[in-house]
Amino acid sequence: MTIVISPFVFGLIVLPFLHKIKLRFHKWVGIVPLVLFLTILKYKSSIINGNIVSEAYQWVPSFDVSLSFRLDGLSFIFALIITGIGFLVVIYSKKYMHSESAISRYFSYILLFMSSMLGVVLSNNLISLFVFWELTSISSYLLIGFWFYKEKSRYGAWKALLITAGGGLAMLAGFILMYTVTGSFEISQILSQKELIKSSPFYLTILVLTLIGSFTKSAQFPFHVWLPDAMEAPTPVSAYLHSATMVKAGIYLLARLNPVLGGSSYWFYMVTFTGILTMCYGSIMAIRQRDLKALLAFSTISQLGLITSLLGVSTETAVIGAVFHIINHAAFKGSLFMVTGIIDHEAGTRNLDELGGLGRKMPFTAVVALIGALAMAGIPPLNGFISKELFFEAVLVDGWAGYVLPALAVFGSIFTFIYSMIFVISPFLGTYKPKEKTVHEAPWGLLLSPMILGVTNLALGIYPKLVADIISKGAANILGKYVDAHLSLWHGFNVPLLMSLIVISFGCLLFSRLNYVKHIIEKIQMKKINLNKLYDLFQTGIPKFAGFITEKQMTGFLRDYLVYILSFVFLSVGLTSLFFMELSIPNLNLERIDVYEYVVAAIMVVSSIFLLFTRKRLIAILILGVIGYMVSLFFVLEKAPDLALTQLIVETITLVLFLIAFPHLPEITEENSKRSTKIINAAVSILTGLTVTFLMVYSKAYKIYESVSSYYIDNSLLLGGGKNIVNVILVDFRGFDTMGEITVLGIAAFSVYALIKLRLGGRKYE
Amino acid sequence: MEFLMALVVGVFFAVSIYFMLSKKLLKVVFGTLLISHAANLMLLTSGGLKGEKAPILSDGSTLSYADPIPQALILTAIVIGFGVTAFILVLTCRLYKTFATDDLSILRGEANEK
Repeated sequence: MTIVISPFVFGLIVLPFLHKIKLRFHKWVGIVPLVLFLTILKYKSSIINGNIVSEAYQWVPSFDVSLSFRLDGLSFIFALIITGIGFLVVIYSKKYMHSESAISRYFSYILLFMSSMLGVVLSNNLISLFVFWELTSISSYLLIGFWFYKEKSRYGAWKALLITAGGGLAMLAGFILMYTVTGSFEISQILSQKELIKSSPFYLTILVLTLIGSFTKSAQFPFHVWLPDAMEAPTPVSAYLHSATMVKAGIYLLARLNPVLGGSSYWFYMVTFTGILTMCYGSIMAIRQRDLKALLAFSTISQLGLITSLLGVSTETAVIGAVFHIINHAAFKGSLFMVTGIIDHEAGTRNLDELGGLGRKMPFTAVVALIGALAMAGIPPLNGFISKELFFEAVLVDGWAGYVLPALAVFGSIFTFIYSMIFVISPFLGTYKPKEKTVHEAPWGLLLSPMILGVTNLALGIYPKLVADIISKGAANILGKYVDAHLSLWHGFNVPLLMSLIVISFGCLLFSRLNYVKHIIEKIQMKKINLNKLYDLFQTGIPKFAGFITEKQMTGFLRDYLVYILSFVFLSVGLTSLFFMELSIPNLNLERIDVYEYVVAAIMVVSSIFLLFTRKRLIAILILGVIGYMVSLFFVLEKAPDLALTQLIVETITLVLFLIAFPHLPEITEENSKRSTKIINAAVSILTGLTVTFLMVYSKAYKIYESVSSYYIDNSLLLGGGKNIVNVILVDFRGFDTMGEITVLGIAAFSVYALIKLRLGGRKYE
Repeated sequence: MEFLMALVVGVFFAVSIYFMLSKKLLKVVFGTLLISHAANLMLLTSGGLKGEKAPILSDGSTLSYADPIPQALILTAIVIGFGVTAFILVLTCRLYKTFATDDLSILRGEANEK
C-alpha cells in the first residue's frame, strides 16, 4: 500500500529535479497513475472474495497514530476512480496545458493531490486520514490558484481553502471525540465498536462535527459557495478535483463512517435533507448560469447532494445507488468538464451566449457531450439512468418523508434534466455564433480521455453487471453487512420508472419554455440572503472586529492594562470562588491574637491608608519607612530572624535612597483624571483587595496537601551541613534561585548606574 | 492571626493597586514598593503563622519550627524587591528630569506608534 506515497515522491522530488536538469519527463507523467491503477486493479479478485488488504507502519505510537492502510471494497472503488480519472486527466492536461510554461509545477501539484486523495481513501487511521484530507485541501488550493496572477483565481483558491480546511478542523474535533469514546484512532477498531459510539452522550456532537467536515468538502448547502469560485482552476483540474474525486472525499467519509454514525434518526434527517435540498438548489442554480463551467459546478453540487441524500437514507437500495452513482458521476461529469475544456480551447469562450452550432464543426466532441449529458439527465440506456432509478426507488421511504423526499427528488431531477439539455443543445445546435470562424475538431490528445469516459458511460449503462460485484462489496462496507447488487437497465413498470417519465416529460415541457423558467427563477431568487456576501462579510468583518478589540485593549497606558488584568482576575478568581466554594465561615483563630499583634497590624493598616491622603513627599516616604519597619517587626514576631534582619537593612537603604533622590522627585500633585476613571480605579483596587483577603482566608481553611517543609527540616544538616534551615535552602537546595536573584540585583545595579551616568553625560537634555 | 493578616494584606493590595493605577510616576513607585510588602506578608501567612521557634536546628527541643520555605522565598523576594524599587526610583528621577513631567499619560512616545 506504500504505493500511495509514490506520486508524492514523483510530484515533489522527481519532477522538480528532472525539471532542473531540463529533462522533459512531464510528457510521461501518465505512467504514474497508470501503474497505480493497474496495481490496485490487481487486488480485484481478492477484494471480491471479501478479503481486506491492509498494511501498517508506526508513526506516532504514543498517540495511537499510525500510517495504516486498508483496501476494502469501498476504498477499492475510490482508488480506481482516483487513479483512473487521474490517468485520463493527465493525458488530457498534457495537450490542454501544452503552452503553459509552468507545466512541470502543474503536474507536481496534480501528483501531490493524487497521493493525498489516495491517502484519504486508503487510510485506516483517523489522524492520517485527517492529514491526507487537509493535504487534498492544500493541493486544491495550489491548483485553483495555479494562474496566481489572476485576482479571481486567488480569491477562489483562498475561499476553497478556508471553507474546506475549516470544515476539516471541525472533523478533527469529531475524530478526537471518537477517540475518547472508543480509545482508538484505527478505523477498523472504531467500526467494531459502533454500539459504544451510538450509545455515547457525545454521539450527536461527533455526528455534527463530522458532518460539517464532510459537507464542507462535498460542497453541500450552505457550504457550497466555494465550489463555483473554484472553477477558476484550469479545466482539467476542475474535472479531476472538483467533480470526480476531491469533492467526493466528504461522501467517502459519510460512507466510511456510516456503520458507526448512521442508522439514527439524526443521521437520516440531517444527511438526507441536506443532500436533497442541495440537489434541488444546485440544479435550479445551474440553469441560470451563462458560463458552461459554472453550470457544471452547480450541477456537481446538485449531484453530490443526490449521493449525500442516498447515504442519508442508507437502505440497501440507497447505498447501492450511491456507490453506483459515485462511479457514474465521476465518469460523465469528468467527460463533460473535458468537453467544456475543448470548447474553451477551440472556440475561445465558455459563455453560452456566444456559443452555438458547434456540432457540425466538432462532431466527436458533440457526441461525447451528448452521451455525458444524457447520462447526467438519467436517460436510458446510460449508466445515469440506472443510478437515478435506484435513487427514485430509495427515496420512497416510510412515513411523511416518503412523500416529501420523492417530490423533491422529482422536482430536482426535472431541473437536472433541463440543465443537461442546455449543456448539449445550446453550444452544439442552432445557428453558428462564435466570433472565432475557424473552429475545428479538437486534436486526439484532447478527445481521447473524454471519449474513453463516454464509452465507459455507455458500457456501464448497457452492461452494468460489469461492476455489480465490486459495487456489492463497496455497499457491503458501507452498510456493514452482506449486499448483493442486481443492476439492470430494465426494472419493469414500477413507481421509479413513472417518476423518470414525469421528469422527462416535464423536463421537455419546461425546456421548451426555457426563457420563461429562467425569468421565474431570477424573480424568486432571494437577493437578501446571499451566502457569498456572507462569506465576504466574514472576510472583511473579522479583521475589522479584531482591529476594534485591539484598539480598545492596546491603549499604551499602564493603567488600562492593569485595569483589564485585575478585572479579569476578579471575575475569574474572585467571582468563581464566591460561587463555587462552600461558604462556611472558617475557624478564624481570633483568640490566639496577642495585643501587640493587633498593634502591629493596626499601624500597618492605618499608615497605608494615611499614605493615600498625604500630599507631602517627605511624609509619604516616612510612612513607607514605618510600614517597612512594621513588616520587619512582624517577621520578628513570626520567628523569622533572617527575614527581619534583611528587611531592616533593605528598609533602611531604601529610605536613604529615597532621601538621596528626594530633591529630584516630582511633587505629589492633584490628579486631573476624570471622576469616572477615579471611581473605576477605586473599585478595581478594592475588589482586588477583597479577592486577595478572601483567597487567603479560604486557602487557610482548606489545606489540602501536607507541607514539604519537613523534608528541608530533616535534611538540612544531613545534606546541607547547616543548622539554619532558611540559609541552607537558599545556598544549597535552591542555590540556582539565589544565583538568579544575585543576577537580577546585579542587572538592577548596572541599570541604576547607567541611568545616572546617562544623566551626567547626556547634557543635551539638561 | 491569619485572618488579621488577610485583612492587612487585602488593605495593602487595595492601596498599592490604587497607587499603581494613578497617572503620577511617584505614586506608581509607592504602589510597587507597597505591593511587594503585601506579597511577602501573603507568602508568610500562607505558610501558616505561629511557629513556636525559628527554623534553626537545635537539639532536644520539642517545639515546632516555623515553616522555612516561605521564609526562604521571602528572603529572595525582599532583595529583588529592593532592586526593583531602586531601579524605578532612579528611572522616575531620570524621566522627570528629562521630560519635565510626572504624568504617565503624557509620556507616550512618538505619535506614529499606531
